[in-house]
Amino acid sequence: MRLLGRAGGAALSLLMVAVLGFFLFRVVPGDPVVSMTRGRPTTPETQAALRAQFGLDLPLHEQFFRYFTSLLRGDLGTSFTFRRPVAEVVLERLGPTLLLVGTSTVIAVALGLWLGVLAAWRRGSAFDRVTTGVSLTLWAVPTFWLGMLLMMVTGDFFPSRGMRDTDTAPDFLSQALDVGHHLVLPSITLVAVVCAEYALVMRSSLLEELHAPYLTTARAKGLRDDLVRRRHAVPNAVLPAITLVFLRFGLVVSGAITTETVFSWPGLGLLFYDALTGPDYFLLQGLLVVTAGAVVVMNLLADVLHGVLDPRVKVV
Amino acid sequence: MSSKFLTHRTGVAGAAVLAVAAVVAVVAPLLIDPGSLDVTRVTAAAWQAPDARHWLGTDHTGRSVALLLAQGAGTSLFVGLTAAVLAVGIGTAVGVVSGHFGGLPAGVLLRVTDFFLVLPALVLAIALSTVLPRGLGTIILAIGLTSWPSTARMVRAQTLTIEARPFVERARALGGGHAHVIARHVLPSVVPLVLVNATLAVASAIVAESTLAFLGLGDPARISWGAMLHQAQLHGAVPQGAWWFLLPPGLAIVAVVLAFTLVGRALEAVVTPKR
Repeated sequence: MRLLGRAGGAALSLLMVAVLGFFLFRVVPGDPVVSMTRGRPTTPETQAALRAQFGLDLPLHEQFFRYFTSLLRGDLGTSFTFRRPVAEVVLERLGPTLLLVGTSTVIAVALGLWLGVLAAWRRGSAFDRVTTGVSLTLWAVPTFWLGMLLMMVTGDFFPSRGMRDTDTAPDFLSQALDVGHHLVLPSITLVAVVCAEYALVMRSSLLEELHAPYLTTARAKGLRDDLVRRRHAVPNAVLPAITLVFLRFGLVVSGAITTETVFSWPGLGLLFYDALTGPDYFLLQGLLVVTAGAVVVMNLLADVLHGVLDPRVKVV
Repeated sequence: MSSKFLTHRTGVAGAAVLAVAAVVAVVAPLLIDPGSLDVTRVTAAAWQAPDARHWLGTDHTGRSVALLLAQGAGTSLFVGLTAAVLAVGIGTAVGVVSGHFGGLPAGVLLRVTDFFLVLPALVLAIALSTVLPRGLGTIILAIGLTSWPSTARMVRAQTLTIEARPFVERARALGGGHAHVIARHVLPSVVPLVLVNATLAVASAIVAESTLAFLGLGDPARISWGAMLHQAQLHGAVPQGAWWFLLPPGLAIVAVVLAFTLVGRALEAVVTPKR
């Protein structure tokens, strides 16, 4: 019943994403065709032709109907700069982003939760103060600046542009090594920023548990300190933390946009940058719908996961 | 409250950093000769390393990085503060209304809040500032309109807590209307939390401003720390090894954002009673 409600909520959110994507790019001052062709020589005829091609000459409700029915079929419209279907362009760039975001999230979650647990367990110690201080500082660091800084500090040690070199041997091993080599700096950047947030979340989540009576019982049974931590405190504290990790998936998305821009990583984030510099409203609209939709789905997953992992949730 | 704040050393350090930044932001435009920041009128060579005359070196056009840094403080702080006020204002209004009035309108507001809470704020802010004309107003609007939901959630929770207390019931029983309950009981009780939230909101708004400016969505007529980093990326400060153009704006952002965060955390510790 709870899940059904959540799924309904997510469906409603997806609908709102679609509506938002449409109106954001239609109900704005100025003619989209004029702003997209700014700086290029155009005649009124070509502008009219473009307007007709993108369906911008239709009444608003008809535009919305067209947009919505094609969205249901997975058609995100046509990109203005690429002159190809947006869905096709987005799909092409999905792989590199999944690789970068996936690698970084796994490392950031593992590292962040571990640091947060240790910091909370030794609350007030030098380790706690350093971890919290570094996390707060990293939280204040703009992602893109950290990337530029890493690039400058490491110099020629790691490649800083793109995903692979053109002169790498075509066999799988050398290709994989090359991609891995290119992946180092962008993923360090993303991990550093995201991991700080996870560490702080985990720390405060565990601090909430520290004075719980069941820990006193566990200690009274004569359990060693790290067993009390591993078997009793952490399993209870990690659930809200993991849910928050999923809930803040938007953070990773934002980080990916700037990281990919700095390192020219050929994924969705760089595509975002291309779309906004164009500006290519149709591509931007498609990207907005896709990323916002992905975030909504991630949240639903977090809810489902939480319900499966934590039996207490089903009661309430 | 002020004496309790003083016991939080990190908070005091943060406040000191902010005081310095505020003084620089106010004084810099008065002291700096606009000609020295005009690309067409500078005489120094481009990409000069720091020396006695240009103690933070020069950028790709020969302008002094130190002067740009001082001039940029105003824009970054102004956008951060106004966007945060806008966001916290919207958040407080939505939170109080959805907490005080039950029923369908509150349900709808809550639904909308949750929706925007989940969406990546930066993505929305990028979309907004791409479709609106470039300018300071657009940036403030883009950040303010996308970062209010967390305040709304928190204010709503606080409103619900307060309204369950006996003295609110008493006020209602004595004939106090919605306006009376909100103005005399709910708002005074949310003010401390809103204050803390606003301080933290400025921190994230400054990061958001620098990110939008870095992506080239800033006001092209104004110097901000994010805009400086945009220029650094555009004109290849990294391959040039021009650390003096990369480090100062970034460090300034980190210092000010960290300062707002520390002040916010200290305020939070002061206003929330220990359990």
